[in-house]
Amino acid sequence: MLGFVSRRLLYLVPVLIAVSLLTFLVAALLPGDLAVAMLADEATPERVAALRSEMGLDQPLAVQYLHWLGSALIGDLGRSLRTGEKVLSAILQRLPVTLELMLFAQLIALAIGVPLGILCAVRNGSVVDRVMTVIAFGKLSVPAFMLAIVLIYLFSVRLKWLPATGYVPLDEDIVGNLRCFVLPAVTLGFGEWPVLMRVLRSDMIATLQEDYIAMATAKGLRRWRILLVHALKPSSLTLVTVTGINIGRLIGGTVLVETIFALPGIGRLLIGAINTRDFVVLQGVVLFVATGFVMINFVVDLLYGVLDPRIRHGRA
Amino acid sequence: MAALDVDLDQAPLAPARRADFAFWLALAWIAMVMAAAIAADWLPLASPSDIDLLARRAGPSADHWLGTDALGRDVLSRLVFGARISLTVGLIAPLLGLSIGGGLGMLAGYFRGRVETLVVAGVDILLAFPPLVLALAITTYLGQSVLNITITLGILSIPSLTRVARAATLAFAGRDFVTAARALGGGHVRILVRELLPNIALPLIAFFLLAVAVIIVVEGALSFLGLGVPPPAPSWGGMIAEGRDSLDTAPSIAFLPAAAMFLTVLAFNLVGDRLRAATDPRQAAL
Repeated sequence: MLGFVSRRLLYLVPVLIAVSLLTFLVAALLPGDLAVAMLADEATPERVAALRSEMGLDQPLAVQYLHWLGSALIGDLGRSLRTGEKVLSAILQRLPVTLELMLFAQLIALAIGVPLGILCAVRNGSVVDRVMTVIAFGKLSVPAFMLAIVLIYLFSVRLKWLPATGYVPLDEDIVGNLRCFVLPAVTLGFGEWPVLMRVLRSDMIATLQEDYIAMATAKGLRRWRILLVHALKPSSLTLVTVTGINIGRLIGGTVLVETIFALPGIGRLLIGAINTRDFVVLQGVVLFVATGFVMINFVVDLLYGVLDPRIRHGRA
Repeated sequence: MAALDVDLDQAPLAPARRADFAFWLALAWIAMVMAAAIAADWLPLASPSDIDLLARRAGPSADHWLGTDALGRDVLSRLVFGARISLTVGLIAPLLGLSIGGGLGMLAGYFRGRVETLVVAGVDILLAFPPLVLALAITTYLGQSVLNITITLGILSIPSLTRVARAATLAFAGRDFVTAARALGGGHVRILVRELLPNIALPLIAFFLLAVAVIIVVEGALSFLGLGVPPPAPSWGGMIAEGRDSLDTAPSIAFLPAAAMFLTVLAFNLVGDRLRAATDPRQAAL
C-alpha cells in the first residue's frame, strides 16, 4: 500500500508543476500587455514601462514563473489589482460558501440517486427501470443554467417559496442560510444523480444474485432489511468512488451556479475577476481550483486502490 | 456539469431497434436546425437586432410569430440566428478536437511506448483543470469572439477524443489484419490510414456527435455568463440569460431558447448514443 501511495505521489508532482506552468503561461503568453490592460485609458509609454518593471514583467519568462511559483508555494498568490486584497485570503474567505454548496448538492444527488438505484436494481428490466433510464438520459441534455431558470420560475416567481438570489451568512440566520442554498444545491446536485443511480443499479443487480441474499430470503428476513443491510453495503464500493469523482466535477458547476444565484463563493470571485480583468486574482483562483481538483482526483485514485487491491498492485 | 469529459462508461440508452423512431426524429430536428441556420439570411425573418421599444415582450403575432423580447426584438429570428452560433461553435470545435485528439490518440495506441506516455500525460494535464474554469480563463485572455471561443472549446475537447481514439486503436492494433498488413510490407502511415482509420472512424464519429452536444452546452454556459459571443449577436445561452429578467411577465423569452437548446442537445446525444451502441470499441476488443 505504501508503495502504491508513493508511486501516485511521484506522479502528482509533475502534474501539479505542469498545471501551475499552464496557469502561468496562459496569462503570460497570450496577446495583450497586462500593464496596458491595467492602466487602460491612462496608459502612456512611461507609465506602462514603470508598471512593467514594478510587476517584474520586464524579466525573462522563466524568472517570472519561478518567482510566481515560489510565492504561491508559501501561500502568497499576490494582491488584487483592483482592491489590493490578498488573493489567498479572498479565496479562503469565500471557500465556506462554495464548500457548503457542494456538500448540499452532493447530499441531494445521493438522496435521489441511491433510492432510485435500489429501486431500479430490484425491479430490473421493469417499466420503472426503463423509464428511469430514459429520464437519466434526457437529463444529460439539460444544462445547469437551463434547470436554474426553470427552478427560479417555478419556486421564486410563481410559488414565491424561495429566494432567487441573495445570501445570508450561516452565523446570522441558520434557516435563512439554508433557504438560500436550496435552489442552487438542487440545480447543482440534480446533474449528478443519474450517474450515481446507474452505478449503484448495476452493482446491486450483481449483488442480489449472490447466494447469501437467497439465504437471507430463505431465512425469512424482511425484504427491505435484506436490501438495506445485506445488499447495499457490498454494492456501494463503486458508488463511493464515483461520489468522490463527482466532487471534482461539482467544482466547475459551482462557478455557474454561484453566478446565477448570486452566492459569494469562489466561482463568483472568478467571474468577478474576469469581468474586472483582474488577472492576478484570476491566476490565483485558477491555480487554487485546479490544485484542489488534482488533489481530489488523487485521493479518489488512492480510494480505488484501497477498494480494489488489483489496482494497488498494478495488475488491473 | 460534466462539461467536455464524455462519459466513457455510460450505458447505451436502449436496444438499437426500439430507438429507431426517436433516432430519425432526432436526425430530422438536427437537419431542420442546420437548414434554418444556413439559410437564415434568405428566410423571411425580421432582423435579429432591430429594436422596437413599442413592442416589448409582445406575444405571438403575424409580424412576430414567437413574440418579441425585452427590447422588442423578434424572438424567432434571434432563435434562428442564434442556432448559427451554437452550431458553428458546436460543430467546428469538436472537429478541431477530433483532428488533433484523434491523431494523437491513434499515434499513442499504435506506437505505444514513449509516444503513448507523452500523450497520456498531456491529456492528464488538460484534464487537471475543471473544463469550464479553463474555458473561462482562456477566453478572458484571448477576448470574446466566435473564432476564439471555437479554438478554446476545440482545445478542451482534445482529451476525451484522444482517449477514445487511443482505446479504439489499441483494440485493433493487435489484430491479425494489422499484422498481415505489416507482413506484406505496409509502412506505419499506410497501416494507420488504410487499415486502422476505417475501423475506428465510426466510434470516433459517435463520440464526436456526443462532444457536439457537450460543446453546445458549454458555449451556452459561456454566453449565459456573458462571456461567450459578444452582444448584440444572438446566442441561445445569451437569450436565456436575458430572458431571466422577464420571467415574471413573459417567461417564454427564456423558455423558447432553452427549449431549442434542449432539443438540439438531446438530438445530438440520441444520434451519438445510437451510433456508439452500434460500434462500441470495447465490444470490438472482445
